[in-house]
Amino acid sequence: MPVRKAYSATIDYLQILDEHGVLDERLFKGDDGKPLLADETVRELYDFMVLNRIFDETAFKLQRSGRMGTYPQNKGQEAAAIGSGHALRKGVDWLVPCYRENSALFMHGLPMHSILLHWMGDERGNQIPEGVNCTPICIPIGTQMLHATGLAWAFKLRKEDRVVATYFGDGATSEGDFHEAMNFAGTFQVPLIFFCQNNQWAISVPRDVQTASETIAQKAIGYGMPTIQVDGNDLFAVYKATKDAMARARGGGGPSFIEAVTYRLADHTTADDARRYRDPKEVEAWQSKDPMIRLRKYLADRNLWSDEDQRQAEERARARTAEVIKTAETIEKPSRDDIFDYVFGAPLPPELDRQKQTMRTHSLGQDPSQVGLSATTG
Amino acid sequence: MPRTAVMNEKGLTLVDAINEALAQEMERDERVVCLGEDVGLNGGVFRVTEGLQKLFGPDRVIDTPLSESGILGTSIGLAMGGLRPVPEIQFEGFLGPAYDQIVNHAARFRTRTRGAITIPLTIRVPVGGGIHAPELHSDSPEAIYTHSPGIKVVMPCTPYDAKGLLVAAIRDPDPVIFFEPKRVYRSFRERIPEEEYVIPIGQAKVVTEGTDLTLVSWGASVFQCLEALDGLPEDVSVELIDLRTINPLDRDAIVQSVRKTGRCVVVHEAVKTAGMGAEISSIVQESCFLHLSAPVQRVCGFDTMMPYYKLELDYLPDAPRIREAIEQTLAY
Repeated sequence: MPVRKAYSATIDYLQILDEHGVLDERLFKGDDGKPLLADETVRELYDFMVLNRIFDETAFKLQRSGRMGTYPQNKGQEAAAIGSGHALRKGVDWLVPCYRENSALFMHGLPMHSILLHWMGDERGNQIPEGVNCTPICIPIGTQMLHATGLAWAFKLRKEDRVVATYFGDGATSEGDFHEAMNFAGTFQVPLIFFCQNNQWAISVPRDVQTASETIAQKAIGYGMPTIQVDGNDLFAVYKATKDAMARARGGGGPSFIEAVTYRLADHTTADDARRYRDPKEVEAWQSKDPMIRLRKYLADRNLWSDEDQRQAEERARARTAEVIKTAETIEKPSRDDIFDYVFGAPLPPELDRQKQTMRTHSLGQDPSQVGLSATTG
Repeated sequence: MPRTAVMNEKGLTLVDAINEALAQEMERDERVVCLGEDVGLNGGVFRVTEGLQKLFGPDRVIDTPLSESGILGTSIGLAMGGLRPVPEIQFEGFLGPAYDQIVNHAARFRTRTRGAITIPLTIRVPVGGGIHAPELHSDSPEAIYTHSPGIKVVMPCTPYDAKGLLVAAIRDPDPVIFFEPKRVYRSFRERIPEEEYVIPIGQAKVVTEGTDLTLVSWGASVFQCLEALDGLPEDVSVELIDLRTINPLDRDAIVQSVRKTGRCVVVHEAVKTAGMGAEISSIVQESCFLHLSAPVQRVCGFDTMMPYYKLELDYLPDAPRIREAIEQTLAY
């Protein structure tokens, strides 16, 4: 019996706006002839990129000047975060992030000072306001993808028309939880978008040391999931792929996978020095593929953005960032009761309550007839 | 689910009681879902979820892929999405892959979001040795999870307690690990109310009252303690406390009893060093120092791997070892 082909697959790569700002008109217009994004929307999204780039660079300086702890810069990945975030419905769909897509969270209503609070060592930065549909940024790698899968599964079981998007990097695809999440999502056909920000580096380990797989996108095939690789620095390609995945998820088509090929233009975090392991030529090459350069050129070529627009946008961004920093820096230190009050729902177990009341773990010096006995029985 | 003739006549096993509690909670609250490996069609490897899928359908009693971190991680998401998941991990030895999701995620969400996101979650796990099971099917990891803040740890050993505590766990707003001592899954029957009732988490139970010595235990070891008491002279009066909940620990129950008896022996299956016995000894010396007539003794599993089953009864605390510790503590 001859060997027959049991399965074969190909991975599409989507780019609509190349690094020189040249647009693929056919892809931008699509089959229905309608532009993918209206001019005014593109202007707004570019303006939002400016805000996020300036916020990000200012956050870096805050750490360097000792006003904030470790911070992971988002620089260079704005198109991936904003293009995908724009395809999700604010107040309806959910974002389950890692930590390099601040701008997507801000788009969906997370107050900008929350992110600063988080990196200033204050859990209140994770206290997501009611009505903002995101989970807090997730520090361990890849664990959040399972939460996203469960959340999307809950929406499916409860017959709610909501889609979840979860963000992670190329390094996260080596974690077991990545594969378990992909497997559950595929098996139960949950309305979920796996959005991989392949920024080429997991701290100092390059993409080709993470996996022998030619693309990251192809990993999704093993989980029975539609998948695509896109130019992650192309706002239009990212938006289009996410919009398509959204439509599939809402139509009962289950999860989708998007590999956004991008680049971490900054260090891993402020505690890192990427010069130790990256070739400066590589960084230089990616700098010219910066998502903002090509989008500004696109707008300028169509007389939608002038140098004066740029100056004003930067000025607004600096003013807004200054306000956000002021908000974060003027919030009073949390009460030390906060250490105890959220371990469990009220009431606190007696021993925890005793530790809270005394701010002590030792018992000498306290009424010996009471130690170990809660107030009600002592 | 209607009770069978045997249940009506002789009472319920631990398995029956847990099954009944699950069915009644699922009936009461449509947000409650069971999930795990083989829990659906097959009713679980110990048949604890038997018949539930037929009653509530495959969307509420869900067979999952073989993936412990997957089961726990998605349960966290299900809880975020408004459900009350009751995942089963087939044996305590398989908690390892899910450990990160339990202690670093389920346990921490309330604190790290300052109450914005909470995770009501009941993790059912068969626990402990004594049933001639293969490797990694017989451990007692309750101290490990008690050492992690934000998780309640429950281990009932009677059908009555199991039903009431499981109802409490499912209604609790936070993650609870519900350990089910498999050695007593079917070892006896007990008549228990058919209607639902709640036993609050965090309350120990005095099994036998006494004045000479306090014996503290939980899980299947409670029955080894009872056997040990049977062999003691009639004039020895031992107070046996079944903790039922490991975290939060009912310190009051322990302290009150030891202040009365002045002597304490702790019995558990888990490894001795850094086990719950160490914590209880420490509580006793902190709070009962001037009441003590003897050092606190621990009768535990050894600081070794749980052996394969040919030697498991040599490892597990049994009545003679417990009795010896009681006698020596009384004679001190």
